[in-house]
Amino acid sequence: MTAMQHDPAYNFAYLDEQTKRMIRRALLKALAIPGYQVPFASREMPMPYGWGTGGVQVTAACLTPEDRLKVIDQGADDTTNAVSIRKFFERTAGVETTEHTTESTIIQTRHRIPEAPLTEGQILVYQVPIPEPLRFLEPRETETRKMHALEEYGLMYVKLYEDIAHNGAISTAYAYPVKVEGRYVMDPSPIPKFDNPRLESAAIQLFGAGREQRIYAVPPHTQVVSLDFEDHPFEASKADHDCDLCGCGTSYLDEVIVDDAGGRMFVCSDTDFCAGRRAEGHSGRLSGEDAA
Amino acid sequence: MTPLLQVTGLTRHYGTRLGCGDVSFDLWPGEVMGIVGESGSGKSTLLNCLAGHQAPDAGQVIFDTRSDGPVDTVTMSEPARRMLGRTDWAFVHQNARDGLRMGVSAGANVGERLMAVGARHYGDIRAQAVDWLGRVEIAEDRVDDRPRAFSGGMQQRLQIARNLVTGPRLVFMDEPTGGLDVSVQARLLDLLRGLVREMGLSAIIVTHDLAVVRLLADRLMVMKSGHVVETGLTDQVLDDPQHGYTQLLVSSVLQV
Repeated sequence: MTAMQHDPAYNFAYLDEQTKRMIRRALLKALAIPGYQVPFASREMPMPYGWGTGGVQVTAACLTPEDRLKVIDQGADDTTNAVSIRKFFERTAGVETTEHTTESTIIQTRHRIPEAPLTEGQILVYQVPIPEPLRFLEPRETETRKMHALEEYGLMYVKLYEDIAHNGAISTAYAYPVKVEGRYVMDPSPIPKFDNPRLESAAIQLFGAGREQRIYAVPPHTQVVSLDFEDHPFEASKADHDCDLCGCGTSYLDEVIVDDAGGRMFVCSDTDFCAGRRAEGHSGRLSGEDAA
Repeated sequence: MTPLLQVTGLTRHYGTRLGCGDVSFDLWPGEVMGIVGESGSGKSTLLNCLAGHQAPDAGQVIFDTRSDGPVDTVTMSEPARRMLGRTDWAFVHQNARDGLRMGVSAGANVGERLMAVGARHYGDIRAQAVDWLGRVEIAEDRVDDRPRAFSGGMQQRLQIARNLVTGPRLVFMDEPTGGLDVSVQARLLDLLRGLVREMGLSAIIVTHDLAVVRLLADRLMVMKSGHVVETGLTDQVLDDPQHGYTQLLVSSVLQV
């Protein structure tokens, strides 16, 4: 837990107050209409598109000096994207940061939901590359907006049909489409479908897409249903292994190649969760060795 | 008996130019009507106005819906009109690429309309898709191929299957045989005639090919410069044309 000095050359959390106000308005609207994509005037951020410009703007609009921020990328606190965004807010906002899910008040995430259950009062901010779930099925944005407005979601099932027709099962493994509160179909950002059931959460979930200039949200305790067919129900899948470091059999795993002779290990993608379990004395297949 | 479609005074302008002017007719259940005329005579404009793809400037298009009886489709709400477009209506485009999703398999193309009206059982959707591909003479082993792997004639047949799978009552066809070679045309016409009779469909066929309407249409409407110049039973109009333009049209057909 570190509290860095706020660089006074920057306004608190980098963005100017009017911009934060504009984003907060979009956020309130998004929370009022769960799953609806609200357009907002996305700003140029000092990082390339695809690195989380949408998430960063949403986080900046939500941050207060009292917040404790956690940033994860694919579940890990120590990857480039997570480290640089954490540093960015340490410098521009001077807020406390943490790697512990339970101690944080705002979590910005890329492609994962933390394993530890989120609680009321926490905000989870997703970085979204493509907010429109129908994008690759219907290229016209005017048409997809109309389809959302009129609740014409037959086309979304065409994608699932194609999966089954070609692969024998719904092979969409990430960015798995969901229906929010029985109304809007939403792209939950590229989280693994393992995380889909946990979209029904006590925390506020905000989604920011910077390049596409869209914000959407899932308020606490909102119904989120993954789309499926009656004879091919949704399944939250993960690698069929236990974590090689902490021995957990229920967490989402990353597969890591460890040598050039076919050696591999499976580790929790949520580094904080894995470290927490190891600190409690749990161990896995390779925890004695210096494997990683 | 009420007509399936009652059209009165349908008019559509493009700026100051006339697309189609003051068109009125009734279409009865099970009837196939042909609209012929040269390029630019307003045939496609009329068809697009009837099918709700374009908004007419004036006139009524009253369709006898299954649930609520006769309703004016020009003034009805857009969701209701789009719902008609994927249940009771079908639209066969001249170019199959306009009516198909080229990026997904043939089975998904046929299944899309079923899923759009609420089918959520994969096995049923697939069985119906295979059944319909069979009806339009596409082999079952092509069900997972994309339409771009199909020939022009197969694409057109696939488009027809995709449109008819939800059991529509009224089919709009815009030059369904355009761009196909004559032997493929003949097979397609044969197929269409069979399906129309078997399902008791009503259809409006826009074409400039008189042979097509001779084979398919019960009744004929001849258009020129946006106006209907002659109507009547197909054989009557083609064998004893009254209007000067119709006489020209009939005499222009090449005899082999």
